[in-house]
Amino acid sequence: MKNPLDTLGGTLVSGLILTVVLYFLARAMMGA
Amino acid sequence: MSMDFIQYGLGRWLHIYFGVLWIGLLYYFNFVQVDALKAAAADNPPTGAGITKHVAPRALFFFRWAAVLTVLMGLMMLGDKVDDALFFKDRAYVPIGIGAWLGLIMFFNVWVLIWPNQKKILGIVAATDEEKAKARRIAFLASRTNTMLSLPMLFFMSFSATFHRSLLG
Repeated sequence: MKNPLDTLGGTLVSGLILTVVLYFLARAMMGA
Repeated sequence: MSMDFIQYGLGRWLHIYFGVLWIGLLYYFNFVQVDALKAAAADNPPTGAGITKHVAPRALFFFRWAAVLTVLMGLMMLGDKVDDALFFKDRAYVPIGIGAWLGLIMFFNVWVLIWPNQKKILGIVAATDEEKAKARRIAFLASRTNTMLSLPMLFFMSFSATFHRSLLG
């Protein structure tokens, strides 16, 4: 599998996915 | 001038100012310079020498010191709440805590992975061709990792002030 960080598009998509994951993690940590 | 004004007024202003300088240069490297150097290397003869000699060292100077000042201003703003944020002790500080951790990981990448390897790539310290190739890959991936982390970092930095209110009322 190609490393998504090798392309700018893959890097930005990875960042967006990480943002969504961390958003739900933050919600859970805050008891929302 | 009150301490509040220094901590939250000047502190926030300078945190954002140096953050723009840091992340702006990070985006310059990732959105512009990587592909420009690739295209310059494909020219006959190669035309990237000016970028590596005159542009990259200057950009890296402001990049790494802007990172230091951004982190220092951020820590100054957190003040005595720094442990609440970094150790998630208070749920209201969870969003800024996540943003701060992402910023600290990015700061680590700048000073421990990107800058020492860029010194080898740019010839500031001696390195063999093999060491340069390895350094290029490490610096590239660390820089791309920071570009990836900048998305959630900016989300949590910009949204942290209202995050808990929007979720918890």
